[in-house]
Amino acid sequence: MITEFTPLQSLGGGALIGIAAVLLMAFHGRILGATGILGGLMRLNDMADWRLKAALLVGMAMGPLALLWATGTAPAMEVPISNLAVVLGGLIVGVGVSYGGGCTSGHGVCGNARFSRRSIVATISFMITSFATVFVTRHLLGA
Amino acid sequence: MRILSALVIGLIFGVGIAISGMMNPAKVLNFFDLAQIWDGTWDPSLAFVMGGALAVTIPGYRLVFGRPAPVLENRFQLPDTRVIDRRLVLGSGVFGIGWGIAGFCPGGALPALGTGRIEPFLFVAALIGGLLIARVVQARSLPPRPKPAT
Repeated sequence: MITEFTPLQSLGGGALIGIAAVLLMAFHGRILGATGILGGLMRLNDMADWRLKAALLVGMAMGPLALLWATGTAPAMEVPISNLAVVLGGLIVGVGVSYGGGCTSGHGVCGNARFSRRSIVATISFMITSFATVFVTRHLLGA
Repeated sequence: MRILSALVIGLIFGVGIAISGMMNPAKVLNFFDLAQIWDGTWDPSLAFVMGGALAVTIPGYRLVFGRPAPVLENRFQLPDTRVIDRRLVLGSGVFGIGWGIAGFCPGGALPALGTGRIEPFLFVAALIGGLLIARVVQARSLPPRPKPAT
């Protein structure tokens, strides 16, 4: 499945992601990481924190709807793999981000922006394995 | 006020993810498929997402950290650990394997829930399952507490 190169949308979307991360730090003093948000929602000992993270999640899920409403077209989402692969990948991602302490948003966008050595190492690690994994699944296994 | 602010920030993030292509597994997997460089179909868009985000967060954080405290809280909550260990490197490596299989990462999948499609729900459910498995394993592998002196 070939996808079109979209440098402007990707740059603009990336800038919005960055704006959200800076605003969350400016107003709430927190790293904007999807792993941290999910992890926080799975802990019920701090309800003020839980409500904040629930609001972030609801806002995020409203993103595609807002785009549909504003432009009349739903944002592109094509899944070229089986549902089984989606579930398998999700399980592996869950274990990995738990041990790695973050994902693309927390380490990749926020941690790297404060030049955290942990985040730089984490980003290099997950980029290497994701490129390697796609090489294996597409070109060695032929999926 | 805190809730409204978080809702708006989440929305900005969600719109950004949706525009950028990060919630589109086909696009994510094509970015990872470097072999497509040879036949000219490689899609390097996602490098622009990370570039666009960092172009904002690097100067933005600098500005924010120049203030004594966030607007709605009394302190910044930043990770205090600085250890680079096997957990960090291997955990992140494992995350990359899952990302390469599914094409969703957590930040891409959470906004994608709003599409109402089944795949992001399957991914997030499995992701929560993975987080729970890791939590149980980590709780078991913690060193035992020292016995109280009798």
